Formats: sequence, C-alpha cells, structure tokens
Amino acid sequence: MSQTNLFFMTLTTGLMVGGIYALVALGWVIIYKCSGVLNLAMGELTIIGAYVTLTFYQMGVPFVLAVVISLIIGLVLGILTERVFLDRLIGEPILTVIMVTVGLSFFFRGLVEFIWGTNTRVFQPPVFPLKPVKIGFLVIGSVYLWSFVTAIVLLLILVAFFQYTRWGLAMQATADDEMAAISLGVSARFVYAAAWAIAFMAAGVGGSLLGNINGLNISVSYLGLLVLPAVVLGGLNSIPGAIVGGLAIGILQNFAGAYLDQYFPGGVKQIFPFVFMVVFLLFKPYGLWGWERIERV
Amino acid sequence: MENKPEPILKLNNIEVKYHEVILVLKGVSIEVPKGGIVALLGANGAGKSTTLKAISGLLKHEDGEVTDGSIEFLGEQIHKKRAVEIAKMGIVQVIEGRRVFEHLTVEQNLLVGGHMRKGGDKTVKERLEMVYHYFPRLKQKRKEIAGFVSGGEQQMTVVGRALMTNPKLMLLDEPSMGLAPLLIHEIFEIITRLHEKEGISILLVEQNVKLALNVAPYAYVLENGRIVLDDTSERLKENEDIKDFYLGLTDVGGRKSFRDVKHYKRRKRWLT
Repeated sequence: MSQTNLFFMTLTTGLMVGGIYALVALGWVIIYKCSGVLNLAMGELTIIGAYVTLTFYQMGVPFVLAVVISLIIGLVLGILTERVFLDRLIGEPILTVIMVTVGLSFFFRGLVEFIWGTNTRVFQPPVFPLKPVKIGFLVIGSVYLWSFVTAIVLLLILVAFFQYTRWGLAMQATADDEMAAISLGVSARFVYAAAWAIAFMAAGVGGSLLGNINGLNISVSYLGLLVLPAVVLGGLNSIPGAIVGGLAIGILQNFAGAYLDQYFPGGVKQIFPFVFMVVFLLFKPYGLWGWERIERV
Repeated sequence: MENKPEPILKLNNIEVKYHEVILVLKGVSIEVPKGGIVALLGANGAGKSTTLKAISGLLKHEDGEVTDGSIEFLGEQIHKKRAVEIAKMGIVQVIEGRRVFEHLTVEQNLLVGGHMRKGGDKTVKERLEMVYHYFPRLKQKRKEIAGFVSGGEQQMTVVGRALMTNPKLMLLDEPSMGLAPLLIHEIFEIITRLHEKEGISILLVEQNVKLALNVAPYAYVLENGRIVLDDTSERLKENEDIKDFYLGLTDVGGRKSFRDVKHYKRRKRWLT
C-alpha cells in the first residue's frame, strides 16, 4: 500500500470510529450540561446497551430492531438510574454526585459480569457484510461505514431534538440557568431524567456498533474513558464540541496506531488520546467551544 | 385601600427561614388585588426578593422554606407546592438580573417560556406574536444569541419570556436594574400596557421608588423582613419618611442637601 493510500485509509477509518465516539461523547456532554455531573460511569452504560443489543440479536431479532429495543431499555434504565440514585442527591456537593457515578460504574460492571460473564462475545452471524466497500481508491470495512452512518444519523436526530423540540430547548435552558428555567415551569427533575435517558441510549448504540467491530467484552467500557479526551477537546458543555472532539479522537487514535506503533510498540493507540488531552489542556483549558461564560463588556 | 377588589394573592404573616436557621422574613402580609399592580419597596437586604421567591416557590431551590403563615393564590394555599406546580397555576417570577438563557437565541428563550404549552402549540405561536407585538425590538433580534444582545433587550427578553407562560400574576424583580433611564421608561410603559390590556396582576419589586410609586397605585415598604408601611402611592409620596429616605426630598420638596444628612439617624427610628 502506498504512503498516501495508507494516510487516507487511516483517516477514513479514524473518522468512522470517531463517529461512534462522538455519539457517546454527546451522551456524556448532555448529562454534564444539564446537571453539572461528571459522569464516570459512561463506559458501563455503553456495555449495558451493547450486551442488551447482542442478547436480542442472538435470539434472532433483526439487528435494527435489537438496537431499538436496546434504546427503549436504555431509556427506562436512564430514568430509573436518575430517580433511584441521583434524584436524592440534587443540591448535594457536586463531588458527592461524581463519586456516586464511580460507585455506579462498579455496580453496573458487576451486574454485566454477573449476567453476561466475562468472555468475549461476537455478533454471530455478522451483522454487516464482511466484504469491504470500495469508494474510489479507498477500501473501507462495511462495518465501519455502516457504524459511521448510524452514528451520524443519530447525532443529527439528537441535535435537531435540542434545537427544535420543546423538551430539547427546555434542557438547554436548564443547562444555562436552572433557576430561570424552573420559574417558567420547566421541571428540572424531568430534565435530569431525560439527560440520563439520552446518555444511556447514545452510549448503548455506540457500544453496540463498537461491539460489531471488535467483539464485545467488559473492556469495551474503556470507551467510557475515551470520552473524556473527546469532550475535553470540544469543551465540556458544547454539543458540537463533543461531535468534533469524538471525530478528532477517532482520527488521532488511528494515526497513532498507524504511524507511532512502530516506534512505541504496544498500546500507543490506546494511550495517545490521553497524552493529547494533557497537552491540549495546557493550551486551551476550556476546550475549543467550552463556555467561559459570556461576558458582555 | 378603600373598596378593595378580591385579592388574587394573599400573604398571611409569612415567616421565611434559609438553611433552617436564618430568619429572613418575620411576618409579612401582602395582598395583591385581582388585576392590580402592587409595589414592594425597601432597601438592599430587606427581603424583597425573598418574598417573591417565597411566592413563586423558587425559595425551595435555595434551601429556604416558609416556616409560618400561609400564601394563598386564588383562594388556594400554595406555599407547600413545588415551583413547577406554582408556575402551572399561573404565577411567573421574573428573577432579578436579566437572567436570559444566554446560549439560546432570543426566540428560543421565548419558546422556553411557552414550554408548558397551556392551550397547545397554536397558542404558543399566538403568544409569540403577542410578545413581538409588545416588544417589536425582540422581533428584530429574534435570531440573535441572547447572551450578546443589549441589556435592555435582555430585560425585554425575560419579561417577554415570562409573558409566554400566560401568567395571571407576574412577579417582577427590579426590572430597572442597571438600565439607562430611557430604556427603563420604555420597559415600564410596556409593563403598564401589559397590565391594562392583558389584565395581568403584577407584584413589582423596585429600588427606584419614584418610578414604582408612579406605576403602582398601592405599595408596601419592607424593612428587615417586616412590613413597616403600606398605603396608596398618593399618600406614600407625601409621607415624610418615604420622601426622606427613598425619594431624597426635603420637606419643602426640593432636592436634599448633604447638610441635612443628620436627619437620617433621627428618622431611622421605625426602621429597626
């Protein structure tokens, strides 16, 4: 393979995987934006969704339908999580809430291992055709292409939800000024629950897609950590930032794998996003589009 | 108040505590007549904003509580209700300090006001048109991000946003704060028109006493968590203490000079 070819292949694959990261990162940002909670259980949300999809797919349900079922279960679980664990913490110091999400991540992880075990599982039969798709001189695995398309469609739906629907606007308003939103009759509790539900759903789809690429085991929850460099890059409370951040991390990760692996063999692909995050934070602590509070002078 | 109409809002001797220990309101009783404007005056820290938050229920989100007395809205007790329920009943508070949703556009801000959708989607559109009718400036700026429009336009946005909820009672907290005199004039003119045309009752908190007494026919004076005076604005304007402390006029009606500042101590007796 020629050099340019390698470059473009790495770029496209990175972009495609980045689409999945973007979806999960968006789910993460929603919770942060609406309730200020740094959710450290995001990775566990992704595997729960992925395992649910896998289970239904294994039972013979078509993949699309399995994802839809996983979305519905994610919705229920999200609302349940918020109501059972986090609702009573409203008004407590934010650090308490963050620690609770750490607890939640252990709880969910235990639950997943208990129900589905620790062995790697794959989607059998493969959901997407094994034959790669050729676009010009680019050869892309169809699983990547379809994952990307799915992720982008969902991202568009979510962005439209926030910009144009009543509840989307209410969620953005709560993120901006909770007290003012409440004074207009927006229920903050409902907004929090909706945020968790969306995060669960986005993470679940992301996990299902990633499970198609690499197979599914507990380590897919590593994706939850990978969300952090993505959102740091975009700015913790920016929806477009999460999308761009997710795409960028996907690309960076793949480039690191393609070009740096020969010099630092081992897991450079895995740690590179975090190295990048640390360096990036030195220069832009608010991320690309993070809020520094608009101050009119 | 002679021949007073039925009140829309009635505060009976309410007591408010923050964090269960800090007593902020020590027995406040206020009545707002249906379709009336009532002003609530007082110095900084007197408890004006707290009174409004007690009514709208926002107090509970600041760890405050009505510990004694009762608040009645249209004959129903509301001081135990949650803020969202109170908003649904038709009370909207315009929090002080022009708190727009700064990352949304002006129109999106207004649409959040229509969130409760009383009467369905169609009424939301109609109300949006109505808000634009009262605030033509907002129509021009509707696509702009609210965090970046001018202070006056932000104030119009929050008042318009409150109007979108289709309120029966509007609690206005210092709509004049930090605005140029001309803008204040414009905003108060619109508020008066809203009150007359839409029949919205208003409880107005203001530091600008002269303005408030001109807009509201009846006013209460709050000091240190207690109502110390209440009367028609006509009579309050003639009241020596009000003239002295709030309007800055001497007995003769001329501007007060620094030389008379000693009076302050003598006059302050009823304030404590």
